[in-house]
Amino acid sequence: MYTGPLRALIDELGRLPGIGPKSAQRIAFHILKVPTEDAHRLSDAIVVVKERTTLCEQCFNVAEGGAWCAICSDDQRDGEVICVVEDPRDIVAVERTNQFHGRYHVLGGALNPLEGIGPDQLKVRELLARIDAGQIREAIVCTNPNLEGEATAMYVARLLTPLGVIVSRLASGLPVGGDLEYADELTLGRALEGRRRIEV
Amino acid sequence: MSLFRDTGVVLRTYRLGEADRIIVLLTEGHGKVRAVAKGVRRTLSKFGARLEPLTHVDVLLWQGRSDLDIVNQVEVLDTFRAVREDLARLPKGLALLEVSDQMAQERHPDHRLYAMLVGALRALSDPGSDPMLLAPAFFLKALVLEGAAPVLDACAACGEPDGVVDLVAFDLVVGGALCRAHRSGRPMSPAALELSRRILGGDLAAVLAGPPPPGADEVAELATEAMEVHLDRRIRSVRSVAGL
Repeated sequence: MYTGPLRALIDELGRLPGIGPKSAQRIAFHILKVPTEDAHRLSDAIVVVKERTTLCEQCFNVAEGGAWCAICSDDQRDGEVICVVEDPRDIVAVERTNQFHGRYHVLGGALNPLEGIGPDQLKVRELLARIDAGQIREAIVCTNPNLEGEATAMYVARLLTPLGVIVSRLASGLPVGGDLEYADELTLGRALEGRRRIEV
Repeated sequence: MSLFRDTGVVLRTYRLGEADRIIVLLTEGHGKVRAVAKGVRRTLSKFGARLEPLTHVDVLLWQGRSDLDIVNQVEVLDTFRAVREDLARLPKGLALLEVSDQMAQERHPDHRLYAMLVGALRALSDPGSDPMLLAPAFFLKALVLEGAAPVLDACAACGEPDGVVDLVAFDLVVGGALCRAHRSGRPMSPAALELSRRILGGDLAAVLAGPPPPGADEVAELATEAMEVHLDRRIRSVRSVAGL
């Protein structure tokens, strides 16, 4: 129905995750309507993010304009503690807590035997290389609390513990603001196991 | 369009949209069912960890016009926690799920496959059992269920019984064990032949109760290959985590 540049724009937008043909059409017509400067700003942002953003050579987080990311380049961070995550977006979630001041290692996914994803598809070798290089005393495994994340945590713990690294796992329990009656057995069981004494 | 209740095992899940998942269940009364669990990835979801793979659940589903049902309510029957928290048992459990997923038909109940899967997961979660032969035994039993039982008492090519000829090879494409004159596929030792017969001959409980008997490694590889030939695809959960 549409031809030329408009068709091309709709096709490209439609290739983005979660954007169907109708949404692509709506966004394309929105871009047609906005001032030219706004459209340039959007296209420049896309080009710049592709040109300047790489993966950190040390932790595989998103790095802007250098070999290392901002966290690995920061001398104030504790280099003896690393947080092992599945995805760079998980770093943002942990950073929002303001509770962790060490460095990170992004595995690039989780073990998923049903999808054929084994250790070779993850940045496990690179993690071991960082441990071999010394300095790292503790690793906190912050993979998702699902089957794949738990399997990955067990695997990482099995690799790192014999190397003298203290390996811990994020606590698992009840979400703040939730109702106890809706808690599932697995979560509630773990919450009971990981209960804490109330300090008064 | 209606609500229905069934028991089932969560075989696998796929992410859907921002916070949903598609759940694939092997149910007792409706065969393989695919359903959307809305908001399950949110930390405050009412489903929580109930719809993770390996969980045995009692589930209330809404069947609408689409192929995908909607998960309405879930209660856990068994989490098989000993399987999901043991790196040696977990790949075996996932292999059972993967093969069951491949064998089950959508909306066609298969009571024997369902009972076999639940029974195998219970056996696997028994801390006293050795998990090594459980998945291979499941594969061999599943082949019988599919009408592809391997011939083990005679040569599958010439029909000469064991004793008259020596059975020295195994090839599921031909139909099972083979004599020296017709051998193809992979070599098969007498210990592996005997163990395969015990597994399919009603002695499975005794086989699984003790330490792995002679020929166990061979039977494990042979059963996996036979199932892969039958399904015409690799069993990813066995192959991708072989080094774990």
